[in-house]
Amino acid sequence: MLTSATLPPFEQVVERHGLDVWRFAVSQVGRDRADDVFQETMLAALAGYPALRDAGAVRSWLLRIAARKAVDEFRAAARAPVPVADPDGAGLVAAPEPADEELWARVRSLPTKQRLAVALRFVLDLDYADIGDAMQTSPEAARRNVFEALRTLRQRFGPHAASPAAVLSGEGPRR
Amino acid sequence: MMTIERRLADIAAPPAPDWARLRAGLAERAHAEGLLDVAYASVDSPLGVLVVAATPAGVVRLAFDNEPGDAVLAELAARLSPRVLEAPARLDTVRRELDEYFDGRRTNFDLALDWALTGGFRRKVLDATARIPFGRTGTYRSVATAAGSPNAARAAGTALATNPIPIIVPCHRVLRSDGTIGEYRGGSGRKGALLRHESGRDAAPREW
Repeated sequence: MLTSATLPPFEQVVERHGLDVWRFAVSQVGRDRADDVFQETMLAALAGYPALRDAGAVRSWLLRIAARKAVDEFRAAARAPVPVADPDGAGLVAAPEPADEELWARVRSLPTKQRLAVALRFVLDLDYADIGDAMQTSPEAARRNVFEALRTLRQRFGPHAASPAAVLSGEGPRR
Repeated sequence: MMTIERRLADIAAPPAPDWARLRAGLAERAHAEGLLDVAYASVDSPLGVLVVAATPAGVVRLAFDNEPGDAVLAELAARLSPRVLEAPARLDTVRRELDEYFDGRRTNFDLALDWALTGGFRRKVLDATARIPFGRTGTYRSVATAAGSPNAARAAGTALATNPIPIIVPCHRVLRSDGTIGEYRGGSGRKGALLRHESGRDAAPREW
């Protein structure tokens, strides 16, 4: 039986999954707000960690929290003006914006579920079952959201190798 | 032309210094919000890299590098709390006092200790051990007597062998009654180096 006694130190969770949480956060809210989403996700995870029943499920559990925090921050950002960058840069990760800013702006204008699903699929390379886990929806709904997102993005950014039909016909992620 | 899928995968990880700063910020916020049950850091010393861990109550563990770091952290997670994070700033005072000790500028530690990893008779033996001053030594029998059980020299030996906070709780100052050095959690070579350091025969303890 898995109990909290089998949980590894939380440090290990940050080491193994922290960068993915941060990259996912950038995909959802942009670089300037990604640090906050990362920290809010990790603090919420740390608070709930001792009660986690299954150490093997830590990644999907963490991504569920990250998805929730990203949606919260996305909504807060939509209400608030763009923050002025801290003059000395304290607390802000100075990574470059994703090179493809036009594409990301379009991603961020997608409906919430599509925005989450397409990032979980391609930024984190999750399969549809894991996307369903992270979004608390079915794999079929996850696949549908990725398909709709890609279709919208292609209308703006042109034809590409993997067609939406391939997504729908069940071609799985590259592993 | 790159596919949309490939372009979406292209978000890079942050540069290492920014990542380190973000991690440090996380540890400080976790501490401020009462969520950091065990903070730890690596500390360089003349006896190798030490892992030092503290709870909000005080220093709870010090390990030499003959114990695998992963196992030390796993034990802390299992016995104290899985809310364990690397948090060097939380260990700044401990690091400074250890540096001063190894430089010969400090003869006793002024640190709060958390005894959560020991108890009962072992705790009494370690309390007695902590009262042996710098430069002096005791025996297994003398600390057993000070702990209230003069005939429990062997059990005292076990208590010292499992001292969770060596160096700071100076179990290296306890020798066998015949004057030989006895065992040490960090190896008898390190025990000898600490004793030579405290006897003034070495300016600083050397690698054994």
